[in-house]
Amino acid sequence: MKKSVWIFIEQTDGKFNDVSWELLGKGRELATALDAELCGVLLGHKVIEMAEEPVYYGADKVFVIDDPLLEYYRTQPYAHGLVALVKEYKPEVFLMGATYLGRDLSGAVATHLKTGLTADCTVLNIDEETKLLHQTRPAFGGNIMATIYCASARPQMATVRPRVMSMPDRDASRKGQIIEAKLGLKETDISTRRVEFVCDPSTSFRIEDAQVIVAGGRGIGDGANFKLLKELADVLGGVVGASRAAVDAGWLDWSHQVGQTGHTVRPRLYISAGISGAIQHQVGMEGSDMIIAINKDPDASIFKIADYGIVGDALEIVPALTEAFRKMKGESG
Amino acid sequence: MHLVVCVKQVPDATEVKVDPVKGTLVRQGVPSIANPYDMHALEMALQLKDEHGAKITVLSMGPPQATDVIKRSISIGADDGRLLCDVAFAGSDTLATSYILSQAIKEIEKTDPVDIVFAGKMAIDGDTAQVGPGIATRLGYSLVTYCLGIDGIDTGRSVIKARRQLEGGCEVVEADLPVLITVVKEANEVRYASLPDLIKSIRSDVTVWNKEFFELDIPQCGLKGSPTQVKKIFPPPPKDVTPEIMNTGETGLDEIANTVAEAVSKAGIL
Ligand SMILES: Cc1cc2nc3c(=O)[nH]c(=O)nc-3n(C[C@H](O)[C@H](O)[C@H](O)COP(=O)(O)OP(=O)(O)OC[C@H]3O[C@@H](n4cnc5c(N)ncnc54)[C@H](O)[C@@H]3O)c2cc1C
Repeated sequence: MKKSVWIFIEQTDGKFNDVSWELLGKGRELATALDAELCGVLLGHKVIEMAEEPVYYGADKVFVIDDPLLEYYRTQPYAHGLVALVKEYKPEVFLMGATYLGRDLSGAVATHLKTGLTADCTVLNIDEETKLLHQTRPAFGGNIMATIYCASARPQMATVRPRVMSMPDRDASRKGQIIEAKLGLKETDISTRRVEFVCDPSTSFRIEDAQVIVAGGRGIGDGANFKLLKELADVLGGVVGASRAAVDAGWLDWSHQVGQTGHTVRPRLYISAGISGAIQHQVGMEGSDMIIAINKDPDASIFKIADYGIVGDALEIVPALTEAFRKMKGESG
Repeated sequence: MHLVVCVKQVPDATEVKVDPVKGTLVRQGVPSIANPYDMHALEMALQLKDEHGAKITVLSMGPPQATDVIKRSISIGADDGRLLCDVAFAGSDTLATSYILSQAIKEIEKTDPVDIVFAGKMAIDGDTAQVGPGIATRLGYSLVTYCLGIDGIDTGRSVIKARRQLEGGCEVVEADLPVLITVVKEANEVRYASLPDLIKSIRSDVTVWNKEFFELDIPQCGLKGSPTQVKKIFPPPPKDVTPEIMNTGETGLDEIANTVAEAVSKAGIL
């Protein structure tokens, strides 16, 4: 049997989570280094029609379990299905998104399989000599990085947060193989049931999805001043983010927080204003394509990771930027 | 009802520093605290106790000084505690940790059956969130992660109704007992101990269990029982950029704003 690298393809109500594609992108690199094939694993109800999509993002094969018991996520049936597939096909590496679902599921699956699991990896690569997966993650609030490996148990399992790996291109001309499997469970085998799901729009704001983020910190001085950041974000088609200090002050809610205990973001443009750049903040935004930092302190650590740094008062600079972008957009039509 | 709450002693992450030369953690002088998420788990158990009456056993694995977190738990209302402490447990990763804790819970169940095991969503020193699901899997319990609150217990049907925090909203679930619940910070405010209770708890004896006190397969414990190993630890690498720094004290505001806007436009972001 050829070696394989597996990616869990996360979907909710028929909507894929982009982290699955980001992991397929990384999975392709790992598969090449291992001379292995890249496989997606898709579980759910009425998902068989969607099974080609992972192929477009790089999967050679897609394993699918389509069963009414998998209509919404529950630990037991999802873990049961995955464990059976892993036991049959024995992948070398198995990656999942570090989402609510993925953290719950990966812990259960790794325990069933008695294998190692490393959470929230930021770097994954195959060691040339040993061919082992090296899994690097921040620990102790980002103060230190640790590289972890799993010598003998298989698969080598890891989770990765959304937006940590970059998104591969979609290619709808790619061809792959779809392999269907059975779940083999009854409702009475499962000990949890959903009663209802209550949508909460305040928690459905996803800063991870923004292409442009204008983030403010304690240096913005006052919640009311965030309207200046909002104006800049609006001109750029972006959203407002915050440091933990700004969230703790009650200026914005947690869904806007960037960093270790907030969200990891990877926008095309990240503008920070009045944020010192503590390591716990940096780990959440250093993957941004372009970083513009505004701080009145020339020695602020945020400047070390910025592409452009502006030393001065954010409350003056932000409106000036808004004006400059507005003018530029006006000129280009 | 019998509730078991898993509490871990962790270094206060706000105080952890890295030796810039050796690249190792400086643990000396770093204060230890009870993992904040675990305290929210304990508070959820205490609220059940207030409402329905229950016995709460706190379970911790760690060094001898981890008795502190058990005493702290007793000071706010837990009834009893067990510290799992043995050199054979040192170096356990999440798989080995969930094994040791689940074996201890099985031992506790022999004399006093357990209805609910509580744990924090994750521990702040590892951030893995893996031990809770691991214990539930090993014990064959129902699992309810990211719990915001318990809305009801039907002892006749032996089910609980609970709310879970998820992306985009809140899920209400029903789970058969026994169940393992992991708790998020938003669930509640943790109560404070009264002075008399605090003093009483300091004097209380905490039962310590070493590897002889419950059934264990030693090769599944500690470093030997841990499939993951640490290859190296190092300080986060600096980013490889030479920032262009402009100062409003030296350059006009308009000029700076235009320079930045042009750079953004050139990068094709607009
Ligand atoms: C375990 C742990 C997890 C954490 N998780 C996160 C996290 O997820 N996200 C996060 O952000 N933080 C996190 N932190 C907190 C982090 O360590 C910092 O405390 C926090 O990021 C500081 O926020 P800040 O930069 O807004 O505030 P400060 O550090 O107070 O910085 C304010 C900055 O504003 C500048 N300033 C003041 N006035 C002006 C002005 N008028 N114009 C321009 N600049 C001005 C100052 O020079 C200063 O640099 C965490 C900490 C720990 C221990």
